[in-house]
Amino acid sequence: MRNKPKPNVFSGLSHLALVIWALLIILPLVWTFLAAFKNNTEIFGDALQLPAELRWDNWARAWDKANVGTYMINTVVVVLFGTAGTMLFGSMAAYVLARYTFPGQRLIYLLFVAGMAFPVFLAIGPLFFIVKQFGLLDSHVGLVIVYIAYSLPFTVFFLAAFFRTLPEAVAEAAKIDGASHTRTFFQVMLPMAKPGIISITIFNVLGQWNQYLLPLALVPGDKEKWVITQGIADISTIAGYEADWPALFAALNLAIIPVLVIYIIFQRQIQSGLGAGALK
Amino acid sequence: MERLRKYGFVAGFLVVPLTLYLVFVISPYIQAFQLALTSWNGYQRKPTYVGLANFGKLFGDEVFWQAIRNHAVILLVLPLLTIALALFFAFLLNLGGGSRGSGMRGVWGSTFYKVVFFAPQVLAVAVVSVLWKAIYRPDESGVINGALIKMGFDPVGWLTEPSLALWSLLAVMIWQAVGFYVVLFSAGMAAIPKDYFEAAALDGAGRFRLFFSITLPLLRDTIQVGWVYLGIAAFDCFALVQVLSVTAGGPDGATTVLPVEIYKTAFSYNKVGYASAMGVALFFLTITFAVLTLRVSRREKIEL
Repeated sequence: MRNKPKPNVFSGLSHLALVIWALLIILPLVWTFLAAFKNNTEIFGDALQLPAELRWDNWARAWDKANVGTYMINTVVVVLFGTAGTMLFGSMAAYVLARYTFPGQRLIYLLFVAGMAFPVFLAIGPLFFIVKQFGLLDSHVGLVIVYIAYSLPFTVFFLAAFFRTLPEAVAEAAKIDGASHTRTFFQVMLPMAKPGIISITIFNVLGQWNQYLLPLALVPGDKEKWVITQGIADISTIAGYEADWPALFAALNLAIIPVLVIYIIFQRQIQSGLGAGALK
Repeated sequence: MERLRKYGFVAGFLVVPLTLYLVFVISPYIQAFQLALTSWNGYQRKPTYVGLANFGKLFGDEVFWQAIRNHAVILLVLPLLTIALALFFAFLLNLGGGSRGSGMRGVWGSTFYKVVFFAPQVLAVAVVSVLWKAIYRPDESGVINGALIKMGFDPVGWLTEPSLALWSLLAVMIWQAVGFYVVLFSAGMAAIPKDYFEAAALDGAGRFRLFFSITLPLLRDTIQVGWVYLGIAAFDCFALVQVLSVTAGGPDGATTVLPVEIYKTAFSYNKVGYASAMGVALFFLTITFAVLTLRVSRREKIEL
């Protein structure tokens, strides 16, 4: 029996592999952070040079002039309402589909689940014209509604599976106590489904935050309405050599750092939330 | 009365989600299949039906085949390398510390590594693409080329060299994906009873033997899920190609994928009918892949 830890070649090499991969992730992020303090000459000079001074005004220009402040606020608003709406309507649909029998129940459930199999690129052309018909192009309301609609298949699928595992006895007890169906849902079943709700909320927040195709297609014109992914990608593709590159790097960091901070605080929940998402 | 109240409740809970879903998801999908048979440009009052002409054109379209070839490369390389790396790291993190006292353990600092490895996953693909665009710059201002020049090598056109560009994009996809699968496989490994490893270690099995004879077979289902997930991702790649590659799919179509072509065809060239036909092709490719993977790998199951 080996009872004492034995440092050997294998554990040395495995540490080396882990350290290399960790550096491959940390170094690009650190480099981008440092580049946000450089001026244009430094950015187009030697990449491995440190900035000569900490130019905080890059960040101020990114926030004001490059519109990143607006993009961030837009994104937060759209994701907030998008996820809240998804969770509300998704859990309502999932609940009745999981725990009630009624004509058409199986069909409606399958209709929702089938949505997971279709690539959104198949719908994007017609979707544009539908949103246009409702007069919702270039609007946050339109984007929120579309986010909700496209988040429903997975949300309904996962939460329905979750609601099915909840014990029947509790719902029965609530019914005997005279609670209405609606009250039973909001005050008894929903609190019991909390772990599943949290996982799927995280999943939806990240998914909607990450969204690029839908805002690109549905908010094409009005720059004031853009979300962060659109804004950052636009600054980098349009910007030529005379553009404000230091502000671009600062903008990039403004898009990265808050997400990383939130991730580090909630890393346990986020990892398990996304994991549950993948193991559908 | 009770029955009526029940149906009223069910209808009340379903009406909003179902309406949103039918109007904004189901109806565009159905329309896409119809529009694929037309030459609609988005402005004509009525689409003109052209039968299967769009599909005939598609099969003769060199760009379409280029996109398919790129999907094939991604479909092969992305899952293979991502899963191999993730399995390797997950094994080191969870079992690499060797057996000691009450069974196997991970290497020191495994929580830290998991947090770091997973981090790229929470960043938006569009943001990651802009970051890597700076790292891949063709001169000394790019991180990689800056280092290469310092070491006395010539700079490499990571994104402009047609034979290299797709691989540069693949590297970013793998960079972003690995951490997620490390966490996924770690959860799977944690579910394997410790005594399996102890028993095998008592019988004299080394780390490699433990990995190939115990971990791998018992993780089969999780790996399969990962494979399907990465395979479906291989048919997407929109944000990455659109933002990171030169001229959205370039150089000269070397990195193009169907979603990028669909977007271009529908919104830049206004050929909604033709774009829908591409969408239908993409749909059948994705479905075929998912069904095949699940079929092929649904063989014997190991009971825990």
